[in-house]
Amino acid sequence: MFRRLFGGDDRKTEQPEEQPPIEDTATNAEHAPTAEQPRPQARLFASVDALDVEAQRIAEAEAAAARRREQSGLRRLFGGQERTEQEIQREVAKTTAAVQKTRSTGMFGRISDMFKVDQLITPELWEELEELMIAGDVGVDTTLTVIERIQTEVERNNIYKASDARALLKRELVQLLQVDQPQFSEQTTKPYVMLVIGVNGAGKTTLIAKLANRYKQEMGKDVLLGAADTFRAAAVEQLQTWAERIQVPVIAQGQGADPGAVAFDALQATNARNADVLIIDTAGRLQAKYNLMKELEKIKNIVSKRVPEAPHEVLLVIDATTGQNGISQAKAFMEAANVTHLALTKLDSSAKGGVAFAMVQEIKRPIKYIGTGEKLDDVAVFDPEAFVDALFED
Amino acid sequence: MFESLSDRLQNTFSRLGARGRLGEADVDEALKEVRRALLEADVNFKVVKDFVGRVREQAIGENITKSLSPAQMVVKIVNDELIHLLGDEAVPLASAQPSPTIILLVGLNGAGKTTMAGKLGLFLRKKHRNPLLVACDVYRPAAIKQLETLGKQIQVPVHSEGTQVSPVTIARNGIAEARKNGHGVVILDTAGRLQIDEALMQELEEIRAATNPHETLLVVDAMIGQESVRVAEEFNRRVPLSGFVMTKIDGDARGGAALSIRQVTGVPIKFLGTSEKVDGLQPFDPPRLASRILGMGDVLTLIERAEENIDKEEAAKMQKKMQKGKFDFEDFLSAMKQMRRLGPLQQILGMLPGMSQLKLDEHINEDDLKHIEAIIQSMTLEERRNPDIIKQSRKERIARGSGSELEDVNELLKQFREMQRMMKGMMGMMPGAGSGRPAPTNNKGGSGKKGKSKKKKARAPQLPGARPGMPGFGPQAGLGPNSSPSDIESMLRNMRKDQ
Ligand SMILES: Nc1nc2c(ncn2[C@@H]2O[C@H](COP(=O)(O)OP(=O)(O)O)[C@@H](O)[C@H]2O)c(=O)[nH]1
Ligand SMILES: [Mg+2]
Repeated sequence: MFRRLFGGDDRKTEQPEEQPPIEDTATNAEHAPTAEQPRPQARLFASVDALDVEAQRIAEAEAAAARRREQSGLRRLFGGQERTEQEIQREVAKTTAAVQKTRSTGMFGRISDMFKVDQLITPELWEELEELMIAGDVGVDTTLTVIERIQTEVERNNIYKASDARALLKRELVQLLQVDQPQFSEQTTKPYVMLVIGVNGAGKTTLIAKLANRYKQEMGKDVLLGAADTFRAAAVEQLQTWAERIQVPVIAQGQGADPGAVAFDALQATNARNADVLIIDTAGRLQAKYNLMKELEKIKNIVSKRVPEAPHEVLLVIDATTGQNGISQAKAFMEAANVTHLALTKLDSSAKGGVAFAMVQEIKRPIKYIGTGEKLDDVAVFDPEAFVDALFED
Repeated sequence: MFESLSDRLQNTFSRLGARGRLGEADVDEALKEVRRALLEADVNFKVVKDFVGRVREQAIGENITKSLSPAQMVVKIVNDELIHLLGDEAVPLASAQPSPTIILLVGLNGAGKTTMAGKLGLFLRKKHRNPLLVACDVYRPAAIKQLETLGKQIQVPVHSEGTQVSPVTIARNGIAEARKNGHGVVILDTAGRLQIDEALMQELEEIRAATNPHETLLVVDAMIGQESVRVAEEFNRRVPLSGFVMTKIDGDARGGAALSIRQVTGVPIKFLGTSEKVDGLQPFDPPRLASRILGMGDVLTLIERAEENIDKEEAAKMQKKMQKGKFDFEDFLSAMKQMRRLGPLQQILGMLPGMSQLKLDEHINEDDLKHIEAIIQSMTLEERRNPDIIKQSRKERIARGSGSELEDVNELLKQFREMQRMMKGMMGMMPGAGSGRPAPTNNKGGSGKKGKSKKKKARAPQLPGARPGMPGFGPQAGLGPNSSPSDIESMLRNMRKDQ
């Protein structure tokens, strides 16, 4: 049977001897980023001029940081999220608490320690950094890219102290997380329709409960939930239990119902009740499953037909313990449902979601929320700087 | 898309031009690729280090034989070592005397414990071991309801006491009930918990102390990253594990955590979760997991996916039609659609051992398929059923309708005819249908429900051939001239095991 399939003839398993050599020096070089490069610490300041350059660089870096702070202020307002300084503070604190709980043992904690000391930059430092980033699920490609960039900067600016390189690393990581995504205003868009998607067990339903609570309690919105996970046993009841706790209505048809029909119903109810926000829960699906991804497309189309421009937010939920498969998830869900934002759940775990850097870059969509526990209050609006700061906090 | 380890090694060695004996330099260069492949599969970096060290020892000085290229040599060593480390043989579930056997399921949130409880329940019921499920997850909303629903579905009773009773008490009572009612096995479903959550880990210790399980199984998601090691170590420290199960391997995660966990805990992998449905459970299969971790193709996954996604009735109809020699463009179109259901083309090809080496993407890509589809869709029903009537003016119309060049239409018609001819030859060699599991090639049968045409000339039942620019896997598709014997070996081994 298989013989026939695979060609019938007694396969020529021997390799054709003369394969043209493949130009592969690029990928090869990646593996030894530190091998032949001149060591940065070898070049100490050659002259006094260099000190001026250094001083100017520091001034520039400070100005840039100020600009970023300003921008991040704007970013926080963008999307109509006019949050008070207090609210922002509280969320930053939440991020910090969640991220720091395990920091001391986690990879970022060690990176932080590594770069804290006023030591010279050594080849070992780069190697160790590479290892730690990989251990943090950042992935080989992203890790090597980041390290290469920092190395270039280090050389260009004659940086020789590990503590200075640390600022570069932080900036590099923040930049990876900063992508622009125009967003519908949650204040003025009515109804604001959200579709929450992701693989099985990522934390979709729990996050929906947290968000519904937030919209209702903190933003005074009229929230409706749509129970379109009609596949998993008791998924509808799970959402209903949460909804009872936070006192928001759920539109459901029960297990086995057509998720598209549930979405349709939910939209109709949203209009009929004049609700502000509709959040649709969907069944977990592995991105390799064609039929299920098609189903997602279908749900999304039903939503778009009913409310122009909806869904205003398509939130892809990712478990922070996910490894490199996150990249495949990002790609596939992007293709099926045009993701607008990511949410990183379970940041209270010992994993810190390092794959998110690559995911954000892959689909150019920002992280909007983080989940930091199983309780309703365990959610925060994601802020790249607060996040990276927290990872490196002393 | 994963590029398979063998491709990469191929590239490395052809660059090195290794001959005769594997020198240190050759091996080290190759091991960089091995390291990368394992890291991309989420094997923990420390485990990767150890692993690479072992392989290095074995590989250096190894004679390159005539039948294996250096790349194949290394792949073979890596593959064998991986299978060895994953566990050479399956360790069955414990069976306690006197009964009941107590199985405790533990793991992180969302790993799939409850679903796994249902699967094990069904598995054990089918083995007449009369299981009882016990609902100890009192935290997650509706977790108990989920287990009860599953219990009903698989016809296995569930012991539950609501959410106001402590999990320890529920577990104890569940076992008492099992004793009383003569159940052979008790499966304790527990709440998901982080290994760093002190209170919940303590609770787990208490459950264990109160129940003395014969099996404590860690349930792990195939998508987990580098943390798998710390998670497994800590669970193992708090509630000594007897094994672990890996869930969601029906996705495209490489599942490298299996190696990590096996290495750090030393406990065997017992089962794999292969679908969302209650029967999606498989005993652990080291060769399969090894080639998956290495990104070396996983024919079994492809077959499973085909079984899950392809309408069997339609496929059977299609096959019948093909056997009567009535394969037309209608069928071709639905065959294409069926094939698409298996996933993106690149991914399907990637699952076939050796396939990615063929650099098929240069010949076939998703856009070509869409283009072909568009051309066929611009044909009338009549034309699809009877391509012979497509003469010049029809061709022009079709080209216009599908926004393509006349040449494209000509090319498609030509290839279609060529394909039919090729298939005719192939079908002559084909044994009767229904030899166990459908091979991937058999599964591209489309609906053909309207195919009533009596005019078709081709008599032999046909399969879409793998001509460049045409969908389907023909004779040359599975293993190319460059594919390695270890690919073939491991695939055949998998196949045999499966039958
Ligand atoms: N520790 C922790 N657990 C979470 C978080 N979010 C969800 N979970 C848990 O993860 C499991 C799966 O969550 P669920 O919302 O049902 O996932 P879904 O299948 O994607 O809807 C449940 O046990 C949740 O309590 C989080 O941020 N932290
Ligand atoms: Mg859910």
